[in-house]
This record gives sequence, C-alpha cells and structure tokens, in this order.
Amino acid sequence: MTQLALVIDLNVCVGCHACVTSCKEWNTSGPAGYMTDENPYGKDPTGTFFNRVQTYEIGEFPHTETVHFPKSCLHCEEPPCVPVCPTGASYKREEDGIVLVDYDKCIGCRYCTWACPYGAREIDEDQKVMKKCTLCVDRIYDQSLPEAERKPACVLACPTSARLFGDVQDPESEVSVTIREQGGYQLMPEWGTKPSNHYLPRRKTRMHIHEDELQRADNPLNKEQRGPSAPVDAPTLDDSTSW
Amino acid sequence: MHPAFSVIFLTTLIGAGQGLFLAIFTGQSYSAVRLVATQDSTSFYGLGALLALLFLVAGLFASFFHLGRPERAWRAASMWRTSWLSREVIMLPALMGLIFIYSMMHFFGWDTVLFTSKEGTTLQLSLVVGTVAVIATFLLFICTAMIYASIKFLQEWACALTVVNYLLLGTASGFTLATLFANSTAPDLVPLYGSWAIIITAAAFVTRGASLIRNARIKSKSTIQTAIGIRHTHIQQKSMGMQGGSMNTRDFFHHKTAAFMQVIKWTFLVLVFPLPIILLWIGMESNSSGILLGAFISQYLGLIAERWFFFAQANHPQNLYYQTT
Ligand code: SF4
Ligand code: SF4
Repeated sequence: MTQLALVIDLNVCVGCHACVTSCKEWNTSGPAGYMTDENPYGKDPTGTFFNRVQTYEIGEFPHTETVHFPKSCLHCEEPPCVPVCPTGASYKREEDGIVLVDYDKCIGCRYCTWACPYGAREIDEDQKVMKKCTLCVDRIYDQSLPEAERKPACVLACPTSARLFGDVQDPESEVSVTIREQGGYQLMPEWGTKPSNHYLPRRKTRMHIHEDELQRADNPLNKEQRGPSAPVDAPTLDDSTSW
Repeated sequence: MHPAFSVIFLTTLIGAGQGLFLAIFTGQSYSAVRLVATQDSTSFYGLGALLALLFLVAGLFASFFHLGRPERAWRAASMWRTSWLSREVIMLPALMGLIFIYSMMHFFGWDTVLFTSKEGTTLQLSLVVGTVAVIATFLLFICTAMIYASIKFLQEWACALTVVNYLLLGTASGFTLATLFANSTAPDLVPLYGSWAIIITAAAFVTRGASLIRNARIKSKSTIQTAIGIRHTHIQQKSMGMQGGSMNTRDFFHHKTAAFMQVIKWTFLVLVFPLPIILLWIGMESNSSGILLGAFISQYLGLIAERWFFFAQANHPQNLYYQTT
C-alpha cells in the first residue's frame, strides 16, 4: 500500500503564500484546464484554489503567538467525500491513495463538499465542476522532469521547506520518520477520516541558563587574583585633577 | 449551511406529491375493504395520482437548478451502492413511473380483478401496482432524508428524527392537499383525509419539535482546537487566506442574524402545524374549498420556511476554518 501525502511543519511556515501561488500557477496551466478567477483585480476577488494559508492568533495579548496554517485536501485514508458522490466522479486511487475528481463525470451537485469536514473542496464557478488538490498527480510521475522536481508544486516552492512530500505508509520514508519523531498529528481525528496529510506542531527552542552558569566557577583569572578595577561610578583621575 | 432554494423546492414539492399519492392510494385500499365508498376511477384515483405526479415533476425540475452540469445528471444513478443521493436519483423517476402507470390504469380502465374472496372483496391489479408504488414512496422518503442524516459531522442532521420528519411532514402536506382535492371530487372522503391530515400534522409537530429541542442542545464534536490541532483555550482566526470569499464562505453560511432565524422558526412552527389544523377543521365542517386551500397553502409555505431553517441551522465543521466571514 502506498499513501502519498504532505507533512506541513507549522513550526517553520512563515505564511508567505508561496505554496498558494505556485499551486495556482501549476494547476491553472495544467491539462485539466484553468482554475477560475472572478474579479481578480476588482473589489471582491474570488476564485478556485486548492490550497489556502490561514492565520491564527493563539493566546491573549501580550502572550500571543501567530500560527500560519496551510490547508488543502488531506487525502484522507477513509475519505467521507468519496462514497457520497452519486456519479463516481470522486474517487480514491488504489495505487497511491490520492483522492481525485474526474472533471468529465462531475455534475457539480456539491454533495461532496458537505461530506468533507475540512472544507477542502471548492467548486469552479465557471466550469461548474468540483475541484480540489490533486497532489500534482500530473507532475509527480512526469518522467520528463528531473527526479528532484517530481514533487507537488507547493513543496518545491516553499522557501522554508515547511512542506514534505512522501509515502506515509512506508515506515522508513522521510515523512513517516518525521511524523514519528516530531509529533506529527492529524486534523479533526474525531471523525475517523484518517487524514493522510499530517501537521508538525510548533516546537519552542528554549535555553535554560541558571544563575550559577553566568559566573564561570573555575575561571583561572580568579586564581591569579587580578585586582578588581575600580567601580564605574567612583571618581576618576579626570574628575579630581585639574590640568 | 446556506439554504439553496432549488433543494428546498425539491424536497417540499416531492414530499407533498408523495403524501398525496399515499392519500389517494389509502382511499382506494380502504374502499377495497369497503371502509369507504369507491370513487370514480378517472376523476378521483386517476386524476389524484396525476396531480401527485405533477408535484414530483415540479420537484425534479427544481432539482436541476442545483446542478452545475445538469446535462450529465444521468450519471448520478451510477453509485447507488454507496451514495444516498444516487439512490434518490433512481427512486424518484422510478416512483414517477409507477404513479404514472397507476394513474393510466385508472384513466383507461386497464384493471382486472386478480382475486375475489368469499365475502366479495376483490383484489385489483391497480391495488398491486399501487402497493409497489407505496413501497417506492417510502423508500424515496428514506433516500431523501438519508442524504442529510448520513453525514455524521452535520450533527443537526445526523439523527433518525431527520428521516421521521421528512416522512411525516411530506405526508402531512400530501393529506392536506388530498382533503382539498377530495372536497371537490369526492366529498365523502373529506372526513377520512381531513382527520388523517390533522393526525399526521400533529405527529409531525411532536417529532419536529423533538428535533428542535435536540438541536438546541447539541454540543459540537469539533472545535477550533481539533480543527488546527493546537491546544489553547483562546484561538482567534486572523485571516482565512483570501480576501473576497470563496465557496467555503458562500455555501456554508446563511449570513443571517439570530433574530431572523428565530422569526423563521416561529413562522414555520405556526404555518405548518396549528394554522393548517385549525383551517382543516373549519374547512371540513363547512366543506369550503377556499378554507382547505388556505390550509394547504399555509402548510406548504410553512414547509418552505421549515426547510430553510433545517438547512440554515446545520453548522458544518468546516466553518471553524472560516470565522472571519
Ligand atoms: S480532506 Fe476532504 S476532500 Fe480531501 S479526502 Fe479528506 S474528506 Fe475528501
Ligand atoms: S460535486 Fe461532483 S464530485 Fe462532488 S459529489 Fe457531486 S458529482 Fe461527485
């Protein structure tokens, strides 16, 4: 079994939206056709995206922290959006676990959006079919690309490497090891959807310095008994001597 | 959720059509065992079933406005093994076909006696076809309601009461309509239909009330903490990742005030239940088609409000990700 997925490190994400724009760029130029934008330069721009970066504030001022939270289809292992689709347009691939929509079969009934607890599906208001993240299925197997580039566009674009891509079913893959060792977790585990994408939590890097560590106990200078210099506020020669 | 009028009209119209057919068939089956007088095939059973069919057709027509690609609608019949929506898509035309056959049998007298008992009660072919159609009617009610009740994280819907409500509310409006229909075509059936309409409406009041009480006390399983996986009691969304909104902010929010919701709730509680019961009562006493028409119109308009409220009240967990709409 293979289950391709993303691992997103919330500790590293700086909320730059590079994944959003590269996703849109790659997928709007893809074989499946453009991704609609309405009013792109107008007052209320809106359109179809596979990936959004949201921002949350944790805590109350002054003890707050900003978390940037990229969200796309999680390619659930038990995707509730698939069995509800009346046409079979939504399906999960056997070979790599990617959840896809067949745009030629979709009738745009929107039932699958009701059945996705994460709001990961967005209808294309122009083509009237359901769209969602494909994990760049048209790029990760493309033999004409150099091997290092056979990854989703968002993963390649991320300047901080907050996004990892790989097979979460293979226990030795980079993503599995990262999830295991760095506390990777799933969103809304309460619904049993088993999302394949995982998130890595914020991890605080703290240094603990004790009082006695500020003074070096075995400082050889102490032994040599170099005389202490005069306190800074003591009068200096300049203060007491007039030239 | 954002209530879509195409779906509101679909569910209320087919509900009334299904209820009307159940009423017409009740009339014929009661007459078969001589509980009520047999009516004229053409002007009552045939026409009544055709009227029910008309409601189903209107509902089907409304449903197409919900689809982005209606020309591909036929594909929706393919996944009946897993999808309640697909099952509905199969049951609705199947029921329409059965009701059409039933009404044609009455119109053109294509009916034979299959069996006569010693007491002289007869089993007619149209009764057999009608029974199959009744089963299909119930299955269609179940399919329609299960579309909503089967989504477990829409907690307001994921409940057996949803199925019961769809069944009872549809049947109630159908029997009210049947009372009106009978008043002009078969006056001796008015007490039968009128009293059933009142009983079913009262039963629906109990079950719909129960679901309102249940939904008012719902504790949602998902929270912003489980949605983004950060444990803190104070989490505030600052940006949804977009400026002008998306499908997620349009399709999942009703964008109405709590006061508006209350008004709709009380409107439907009055229009669907007490008002039609009173009007049915007066209409039956006075044999007035006008008053019975009022009862049906009140109940049907009320059901539109009821369905609007049903959709608006459901709070989808995805809304946790879209809090600054
Ligand atoms: S995240 Fe939503 S759309 Fe993606 S597989 Fe899971 S349920 Fe389906
Ligand atoms: S919108 Fe398309 S993919 Fe979604 S349930 Fe309907 S037919 Fe299936």
